[in-house]
Amino acid sequence: MPLLSRWFIRTGLLYLLVALTSSLVQALMPSGTTIAWPTHLHLLVVGWLTQLIFGVAYWMFPRYQSGLGLRFERLGWICYGCLNLGLLLRVAAESGPESSWQAESFVASALLQLIAGWVFVVTTWPRVRGR
Amino acid sequence: MPALTVYALRIALSCLGIGFTIGALMLGVRGVSASSEVLRLRPLHLELLLIGWTVQLAFGVAFWILPRRSGLGRGNERLAWGSLLLLNLGVLIVGLGGVLSASAGVLIAGRSAELLAGLAFAAHAWPRGRRYSLRKPSS
Repeated sequence: MPLLSRWFIRTGLLYLLVALTSSLVQALMPSGTTIAWPTHLHLLVVGWLTQLIFGVAYWMFPRYQSGLGLRFERLGWICYGCLNLGLLLRVAAESGPESSWQAESFVASALLQLIAGWVFVVTTWPRVRGR
Repeated sequence: MPALTVYALRIALSCLGIGFTIGALMLGVRGVSASSEVLRLRPLHLELLLIGWTVQLAFGVAFWILPRRSGLGRGNERLAWGSLLLLNLGVLIVGLGGVLSASAGVLIAGRSAELLAGLAFAAHAWPRGRRYSLRKPSS
């Protein structure tokens, strides 16, 4: 399994554990400070599910036909960095108290996740092809 | 990859790109004091990412890698094509219907299309999910 896939899958597993732990904490202490519902949903769907898919796709999809492999592998790391930084910024902004940096964090998070999504689309598209 | 998988994965990737773009717009407007009209796109965002991206990706990959039966190939491919068509029809109807505040009937039609897609794909894939048959080595 390539290094990039290992990072995607292991980071995804960490998000899964964090999301499930936060669910348990929420069940144990319903009146305590809890993580917002959209944050929880995105931890599971983006942090775990999407990241697992990205990792497996980078590993299992057919190889590039032309010499794009190395260049696109570097882009894959950009996808990994942007996705996780974007998600962490969102979690921090939604979970923390209201502050002056919250608005900037939402915008930065949106841009980073947008870049990650499109980088994955662009780098995976050539690998989806017929025989 | 078979043609159906190529179609399914490319449509799924398109759903991912569009879904992430809508999501970024929705998250971005929370940071700037822009119009919150964009938040009305939430049903489309959900539908594109939860069904159009993840379910469709699973359909496409499953059609590609599930075991083939000798002489029968991938089985009833018409069912798989039908499921792909119904799934995307459902995503469009439910997603756009939610954005346009369509009547309950429209949403029910969209959800029905998605259910039929699931049933058609299950009918296609069911016979392909089986255990390996171990042959005795010839002595």
